[in-house]
Amino acid sequence: MESGIFRRNLVIGAVLALIFLLAAIVSFFWTPYDVTQLDIANKLKKPGSQYWFGTDHFGRDIFSMIMVGARTSIAVAIVAVGIGLTVGVPLGLAAAAWRHSLLDELIMRSNDLVFAFPALLIAIMITAVFGPGAVNAIIAIGIFNIPVFARLTRGAALSLWTRDFILAARTAGKNAFRISVEHILPNIVNLLIVQGTIQFSLGILAEAGLSYVGLGAQPPIPSWGRMLAESQTMISFAPHLALFPGFAIVLTVLGLNLFGDGLRDYFDPRLRQQSR
Amino acid sequence: MLRFVLKRLLSLVATLAVASVVIFIAIEVVPGDPASYMLGLNAEPDTVQALRDELGLNASKITRYFQWVGGMVHGDFGTSYTYRTPVSAMIADRIGISLPLALYALLLSTVIAFPAGIIAATRRGSVADVSIMGATQLGVAIPNFWFAMLLVLFFSIQLRWFSAGGFPGWDEGFFAGVKALTLPAVALALPQASILARVMRSSLLDTLGEDFIRTARAKGLTTRQTLWRHALRNALIPVLTIIGLQFSFLLAGAIIIENVFFLPGLGRLIFQAISQRDLIVVESVVMLLVFAVVLVTFLVDVAYAVADPRLRAQR
Repeated sequence: MESGIFRRNLVIGAVLALIFLLAAIVSFFWTPYDVTQLDIANKLKKPGSQYWFGTDHFGRDIFSMIMVGARTSIAVAIVAVGIGLTVGVPLGLAAAAWRHSLLDELIMRSNDLVFAFPALLIAIMITAVFGPGAVNAIIAIGIFNIPVFARLTRGAALSLWTRDFILAARTAGKNAFRISVEHILPNIVNLLIVQGTIQFSLGILAEAGLSYVGLGAQPPIPSWGRMLAESQTMISFAPHLALFPGFAIVLTVLGLNLFGDGLRDYFDPRLRQQSR
Repeated sequence: MLRFVLKRLLSLVATLAVASVVIFIAIEVVPGDPASYMLGLNAEPDTVQALRDELGLNASKITRYFQWVGGMVHGDFGTSYTYRTPVSAMIADRIGISLPLALYALLLSTVIAFPAGIIAATRRGSVADVSIMGATQLGVAIPNFWFAMLLVLFFSIQLRWFSAGGFPGWDEGFFAGVKALTLPAVALALPQASILARVMRSSLLDTLGEDFIRTARAKGLTTRQTLWRHALRNALIPVLTIIGLQFSFLLAGAIIIENVFFLPGLGRLIFQAISQRDLIVVESVVMLLVFAVVLVTFLVDVAYAVADPRLRAQR
């Protein structure tokens, strides 16, 4: 029965995440209304058949803005996970391959250092120096992801290094680099995919938070966090402005989390025993 | 034990030293001269030069770094470029809001998470367990600032139980201060409570499966006695670690929540400072928050080692 619940998680999660991914892709070709077009005559319309999610104080269609905002959220989160993977995984592999060496110590202590800066602080510093923007948000969230993947990779790789098939590879004359790439990496890919999904959903939340305080994507690029920030002063008479972008964030993050849980279970049924 | 604490203390100092260098270099990269910025476009070069002297901006970067760090050790964070007042006084003012807010949120998240996690673990698979786990799944997906806006919409605008923002100051009385921080603390606590409840549940489930629990049951203890006397104590160790780590997230998270409720805390201070390019304030507040994070991590490590002697031997 429990495996049923987990398969359901995987499916529900995948469907939710795909809806927003599709919305983002479709928004490149089509949105119900043009999000750059101001239409003051139709401002603050309540949700209805003409404007499904209503309009904002400039008369822009909220539904269309959420579609375009999905692009920003997903793009920022994907690139930030990409930065974490491409920098963090090699560092983790190297730290495990030359464990207890100076290199290992250096990598792990640098990780501790980055962990001392919450993503928001990194973003604040980057913004103080270079100004706010989507690219700086990506860099901030990406930097935060590096130690997450480095630690995960090192931990998983360390336990693999003691296994017989690695010993066999060493006996065959392969060096640490080749063993890391040819034997360790393929064995931790599943783990990285699951963690990647989790970091992806955290990235969406972080991007929304940064945009909300004005450190993320700048106008005219629509973003869910900024839609929420703009709605704040109008929440008493136009709550729909705050509700729909919020639901978009919650459903995307929920979908990704469920999908991640389901994937973990799919890859390693033993984990289900532990987590339940 | 002493050796372990000293080793961790050394690593704490090293992390702080490197962090201070990183922060200093990052902020020093910023183009533009704070003195010209403070005096405006029409300032005479002599005046700018005099102000640069006064702020100590003419000294070499290395001298300035050591002045900054040396000052901070003595509680002197320099002078704000914008307000010309000591940064330490500005921080002291604001921390009186941010710190109680983070602690309040920590308290709430613990009070919510403990019973939720215990119920879910002891009634594994029941409707209560499934509902609590569903709620926590939702709790981690909701951005806290959006949840804060919903709280304002419901409790401030509809019910009028709380004010929608602002802070009356602690002079108005303890209760008034706590009331003003209640909605922000609830908003901050929600995602943390969800995470904590999940950790509590899984840690308790692990412990309940251990041999010593079976022994306790075998010697005739009731389920309740076993839970309170044996299982909970052992399950708490990983939970306490998470609580410690959450404190730093709460302190940083407070920066965003303060914006929702217009609370004059460290978060508002840092965003104002960014927009006014008051970089010495940005530098000092970031350093202070990093210090808080590193210190809490250190304390958690030590507490962990006290609770579980095996860990001391491993490191």
